[in-house]
Amino acid sequence: MNIRTLFLSVGLCVLAAPAFAQDAGQAPAGAQPVEVPNLEDEGLVGTVTDESAWQDLGIAIPAFATNSNQPTAANAQGTGALGLELGRVVYNDLRNNGLFRPVGPDALPRPAYPEITAPTWGAWQGRSAEMLVQGYVRANADGGLTVGCYLYDVQLQQELVREGWVVTAADWRRAAHKCADLVYSRLSGESPFFDSKIAYIAETGPKGNRVKRLAIMDSDGANHRFITNGQATALTPRYSPDYSKIVYLSYLNGYPRIFVYDIGTGRQTLVTESQNPTMAPRWSPDGKWILYSMATGGNTDIYRVSASGGGTSQRLTDTPGIDIGGSYSPDGSKIVFESDRSGSQQIYVMDADGGNQRRISFFGGRAATPEWSPRGDQIAFTHIAGDLRVAVMSPSGGGMRYLTNNWQDEAPTWAPNGRIVQFFRTAPNSGETSIWQVDLTGRNERRLNTPVGASDPAWGPVLP
Amino acid sequence: MNKTAIAVTLASALALSACSKKAPEELPPPPQTTTPTPSGPPPQTGPIPGSQAHFAQAMQGRDTIYFDTDQYNIDPEDQAALRQQAQYMQQYADIRATIEGHADERGTREYNLALGERRATAARNYLVSLGISPDRLNTVSYGKERPIALGSDQASWARNRRAVTVILN
Repeated sequence: MNIRTLFLSVGLCVLAAPAFAQDAGQAPAGAQPVEVPNLEDEGLVGTVTDESAWQDLGIAIPAFATNSNQPTAANAQGTGALGLELGRVVYNDLRNNGLFRPVGPDALPRPAYPEITAPTWGAWQGRSAEMLVQGYVRANADGGLTVGCYLYDVQLQQELVREGWVVTAADWRRAAHKCADLVYSRLSGESPFFDSKIAYIAETGPKGNRVKRLAIMDSDGANHRFITNGQATALTPRYSPDYSKIVYLSYLNGYPRIFVYDIGTGRQTLVTESQNPTMAPRWSPDGKWILYSMATGGNTDIYRVSASGGGTSQRLTDTPGIDIGGSYSPDGSKIVFESDRSGSQQIYVMDADGGNQRRISFFGGRAATPEWSPRGDQIAFTHIAGDLRVAVMSPSGGGMRYLTNNWQDEAPTWAPNGRIVQFFRTAPNSGETSIWQVDLTGRNERRLNTPVGASDPAWGPVLP
Repeated sequence: MNKTAIAVTLASALALSACSKKAPEELPPPPQTTTPTPSGPPPQTGPIPGSQAHFAQAMQGRDTIYFDTDQYNIDPEDQAALRQQAQYMQQYADIRATIEGHADERGTREYNLALGERRATAARNYLVSLGISPDRLNTVSYGKERPIALGSDQASWARNRRAVTVILN
């Protein structure tokens, strides 16, 4: 095979792809796939049946190469330096999430541009790397970037998968996340999750006078941005499935109300015009419905309303007590929610129209904030028995299992692929909050880097 | 303050000391606007009658009622405090009030918002039962977001599970 030709053909394909529209708005730009993955080889997927087997894979991720060092808005030193950063993002995605045994670009020689499609096998075998991730970055005439990503099996001396993306310079990290997703998906058989965002509440100030602001960031903490200025307390955000809106609670006019915030326009609207307090907003998986909870005369019930606005709210629960929250099953047919109708907070499931309400949590203590896994097979929740801990159970309430053990962990949110749970942890006395994540095995618990205190994480889906 | 109010004050003070099972171990500090005053009629000078500062001073801590964990019932001690609040509102018939409901930190955020609303509503309903027009009373819940006692211990949590009546000036 003529590597040069192969590479050029990839390049031509990339150039032929329509340039991605540069959206002046705030809406997240999509990374445009310019090449379908090479599905020729299915060998490795067939052998990956045990998590521990793929977790042990040694993966070398050297700096991405560039055809020539060109200026780019993504890096002051040009595409050469950007290539190193791309490799680092891929490496950190895998390393920080406890995936594989990656070795990053700062500990590896940098392949030259022609080597990207023709790895120097001997050099990588000598480093006991079983897998090799190579990539390139090129500056395009329109200011955008083309990023290619290749995964090789070093032992087989074979390419497993490749993909390329055209992104705006501002979106360069997304190309690296796409590459990490490609590697992770190909080797684990799981769905991708790195190219996604998190909405959360940034907390500053002392416990008795804490400022709570709506904020957003990428799944790795990059591109952090405060949305609200902190004058009104903000709580419990949720990204819409298309990332165009955030629904959250604000004390904007002195009282707790749910607002729908449009990220592109910066405008926000009340989810309902009612004078009653509204809380605990959620999106349906298709983005067509918003769930919210509303207190009337001290009695809180769950309602749904069309997300397009202007519709009439439909009440889904009507028992005395506090019915609150709610999380749709991935197919949208059911809702898991929290109710104290039995005397204490417990978890219930109902049909999406409110029918067939039944309790599923029967293991002592209290159970709160249920969130249905995007895979559908698990429900994450907060278990309260003195301490607050994050736990999972099946949708029928079986197999309850703790994921964390700390003084106060609450409000789990799922990674888009249902393999990792984020939550927030409160420290006793100081009340300082931080966002943590843990994988479904209860391992790889780690704190996310946020500029200030952080609570109420809400992980959105994988970007298109 | 008239004689009846003083009597109620004394009675509820006795009740407080006699059955403080769920009351905080130590009474909350008086609101910052209050200057410590000996028992007896309020001074002729000071906060404007009918203002929040005057109300807080006159209530001597009974602008706030406390709840057991996860509870929102109005017990006899709360009733005495609310009666005193109602008398004040009857004396100053044009004032309005907000009842702020709170929860301690040992619960989930959203549930505590609903719980705070339930506590504030329980206090409001009791005031309405004593003849205060519902039009003069509204509620707001802060859940666990605005603790007044900052420790992570039973005494602090007891002080934070509260409903506070605040006069709208």
